[in-house]
Amino acid sequence: MAEVMRASYGRLLAILASSGSDIIAAEDALSDAFSKALIHWPKEMPRNPEAWLLTVARNRLKDTYRKDKRIEFHDEVPEPEQADATIDTIPDDRLKLMFVCAHPAIDARIRTPLMLQTVVGLDSETIARAFLLPPATMAKRLVRAKTKIRASAVAFRVPEPEELDDRVSAVLEAIYGAFSRDWLAENTLAEEAFFLATLLADLLPNNAEVLGLAAVITFMLSRHGARIRDGKFIPLEEQDPAHWDQALMQQASTYLTKAQSIGELGRFQLEAAVHAVHADRFNTGTINWDALVHLYRGLSHLAPTIGTTVSYASALGRTIGPEEGLAALMQIDSKVRVSFAPAQAVEAHFLQQMGRTEEAATAYDLAIALTVETPLRAHLAAKREALTPKLH
Amino acid sequence: MRYTLLTYTRPEDFAKVPPEELGQLKGLFGAYIGALKEAGILAGVDWLQPTSVATTVSEGGDRIQDGPYADSKETLGGYMTIDVPDLDTAIAWAKKCPMAKIGAVEIRPSASEE
Repeated sequence: MAEVMRASYGRLLAILASSGSDIIAAEDALSDAFSKALIHWPKEMPRNPEAWLLTVARNRLKDTYRKDKRIEFHDEVPEPEQADATIDTIPDDRLKLMFVCAHPAIDARIRTPLMLQTVVGLDSETIARAFLLPPATMAKRLVRAKTKIRASAVAFRVPEPEELDDRVSAVLEAIYGAFSRDWLAENTLAEEAFFLATLLADLLPNNAEVLGLAAVITFMLSRHGARIRDGKFIPLEEQDPAHWDQALMQQASTYLTKAQSIGELGRFQLEAAVHAVHADRFNTGTINWDALVHLYRGLSHLAPTIGTTVSYASALGRTIGPEEGLAALMQIDSKVRVSFAPAQAVEAHFLQQMGRTEEAATAYDLAIALTVETPLRAHLAAKREALTPKLH
Repeated sequence: MRYTLLTYTRPEDFAKVPPEELGQLKGLFGAYIGALKEAGILAGVDWLQPTSVATTVSEGGDRIQDGPYADSKETLGGYMTIDVPDLDTAIAWAKKCPMAKIGAVEIRPSASEE
């Protein structure tokens, strides 16, 4: 039952909601169908459980929309073998549902939660926990978004070609938002983001950035088990490749190869290429830092962020030397630099290499003060500790 | 589905538009309304005089006031009600409205169809 729910929830909800843009009514109908299944399935399992659920939920929806509420609700359920057997021929509307969730008329902050609830079927309390919000607040925001979708008739459709790129970007941002949410925490949404990213790659298999994001998330997920050892964060270049998930790495490479074959460069594709360089260490035993410098340079042109500049400086420090790395880091505005923990950590590392131990200690202290994740703090504290014998 | 497009502008922005461009803008607006009619979706339209000539009635009619209801920098300049299938179509028409370049166009779905 739980398996059917996980696999079918978003698919059924999308079908039920697509004609009237009414996600709330579709959710009610579907939850009614699942509770009826709890009663009927133990007695006799339908041949096609998904079709059975759809039939029950559709009957319920018809009741909801009937103007005359005095008419009795139909409570009968289909015979196990009679349920709508045509479901396999119904197109997958989840792509349209994703475009609705990430519609420009919907507040960007609620897009990720909305997608997690409607496409993945995650309950609102779990979403609230991951977003560090009181459950009632999250529930209210989700209802507000769904009410707006219905009230202003946001259509379930794939956008026109001229607006497709922008609309796809918004969907990708929303999925990436689920992945990057509190990534070292226990209630991580990594599995859910993986589900969404790979589903989108199935639904839009010819979009390079869609494949790029699927590759990024799959690569990152393949290393989840290697990131923390004994409560301490292990940076990517120090992780033991034996702890990486081989099947996921293979799947990620396949996405990246497909993305590259399309011949359209994009931010996620370049990020995936960075991950692939690191993944190569499993076979080669070394990291190709020159390739990383090249890729980060490309990324800073395509999607300049402070994070990219820090990574570029870090790679430059490896290939040429700490002086050059530090110089690249100094290109970042000083106010921004002193409030961004990764910048301070990389700066500390360069200063340490250059023998400027006391400045390095100060930079590590600042990096630790700016970091909230416990395993990451432990990692930085250990680096800071290693400096102590050299301090006067 | 009926949507009403409300156009908001700052009168001071309008004052800055040179007279010859103002004439051009009126032409563009006329052409826009023509396009809405041509598409067969226009259900209502009006264009309003400035809030300096507005009169506001409130408190059940006990209070009659010279001036607009809300004093804000952006004022309602006019409205067009259109009948289109969905929000995306309404957004596409709002984007074409000449007022979207000078100020903003707010889209409100009709409540009478709810």
